[in-house]
Amino acid sequence: MQTFGWPEAYFILRSAGWTLALTAIAFFIGSILGGAFAIMRLSRVKLLRQFAAGYILVVQSIPVLMVLFMSYYGLSAVGIELPPFFAASASLSIYVSAYLAEIWRGSIESVPRQQWEASASLALTTPQQYRYIILPQAIRISLPPTVGFLVQLVKNTSIVQVVGFVDLMRAGMLVNNATYQAFQIFTLVGAIYFAICFPLSRLSRHLEKVMNASRSH
Amino acid sequence: MILNGVMLTIALSFIAIGLGLVLATLMTALRSLAGSWAGYLVDAYVELMRNTPFLVQLFMIFFGLPQIGIRMNGLEASILAMTLNLAAYATEIIRAGVDSIHKSQIEAGMALAMTKRQVLQYVILQPAFARVWPALSSQFVLMMLASSICSFVSVQELSGTAAIIEQDTFRSFETYIVVTVIYLVLALSLKLFLNWLGRKLFPQVSGLARITEAHGEAA
Repeated sequence: MQTFGWPEAYFILRSAGWTLALTAIAFFIGSILGGAFAIMRLSRVKLLRQFAAGYILVVQSIPVLMVLFMSYYGLSAVGIELPPFFAASASLSIYVSAYLAEIWRGSIESVPRQQWEASASLALTTPQQYRYIILPQAIRISLPPTVGFLVQLVKNTSIVQVVGFVDLMRAGMLVNNATYQAFQIFTLVGAIYFAICFPLSRLSRHLEKVMNASRSH
Repeated sequence: MILNGVMLTIALSFIAIGLGLVLATLMTALRSLAGSWAGYLVDAYVELMRNTPFLVQLFMIFFGLPQIGIRMNGLEASILAMTLNLAAYATEIIRAGVDSIHKSQIEAGMALAMTKRQVLQYVILQPAFARVWPALSSQFVLMMLASSICSFVSVQELSGTAAIIEQDTFRSFETYIVVTVIYLVLALSLKLFLNWLGRKLFPQVSGLARITEAHGEAA
């Protein structure tokens, strides 16, 4: 039987790169979608508003695992074969979009009403209001919760191993199947996740403090 | 078969929520009452759980612990993992609630000759819980959804059942659509139930009403 040594540890460490890559892609695509849904959610058109609200409600009320199963096994049953990496990024992007949409909607709404009124009275169009007045303030407000959500995303990438994609979690499982030294292996895997997530959590908390301090002036 | 899966998902969630809440309240109390080392220990635990994936925690319990002689079946491991995970998040949330109770409230309670237990119950815990109930509710729903991950240690809850039906029938898309809709219904029902429970448990929390009520009982 193989034992857990440096080559295995190196293999696990290297797979953390795929976890980071997946996080980056899902965050990128998810934030574009999420931004669109946040703005739709605040739109004056009732249909857009309801559509975005429905989408967010549904995605937030089902497990990401189900989205993943559907995009990988489900779509292949109807003849659309997505490679694991593609299915994984797609389902995580959907997950990210719903949560970021809510976080960002909250941030946009917490910009004081008077800012909208003032910019409207300066004859700015809605896109101009968003671009020059509202978004610069909303982005500042949204920074701490967005970074905090990144932690959730990194952790949630661990489930994509079910579709056979070799990320950090899958690497740990593969080594475990070969060596049966689960305690050491999952301690290492957990430690790597912690090393990625803990600084982000700290950053989020720090940003929150900075924001509160600057607002109380 | 799906019905069994649904029941198991509900049972798992409620057991984890119940145990997790008790553990979290104890940890919050430990953090505020005992010496600083206990506080650091709780903090370290919370940070550790919040910054590692639930799946790693589950595997650590299911595959890792047997190596040091603690053996559990999938169901026990799932309950333990869910409880420990939820407790960490709930501790963080409850702490925010307790921190939001102003010191003068406690002094006022003491000035009204309330006992320490009464102050803890009516001035600190009830208003704190009432304030953070919405945050706790969302965390409970997230935990219910995360219970789907327990299918990885072959627990036959809703997702586990779905996987088996899919293997037997090869009708992936239909199976997953049905199961997803069931999750949706479960999540929305849980949300409604928790809102109702919150209104029942904390009716119109004007803290003042509660305190005078408590004082009346004492007199």
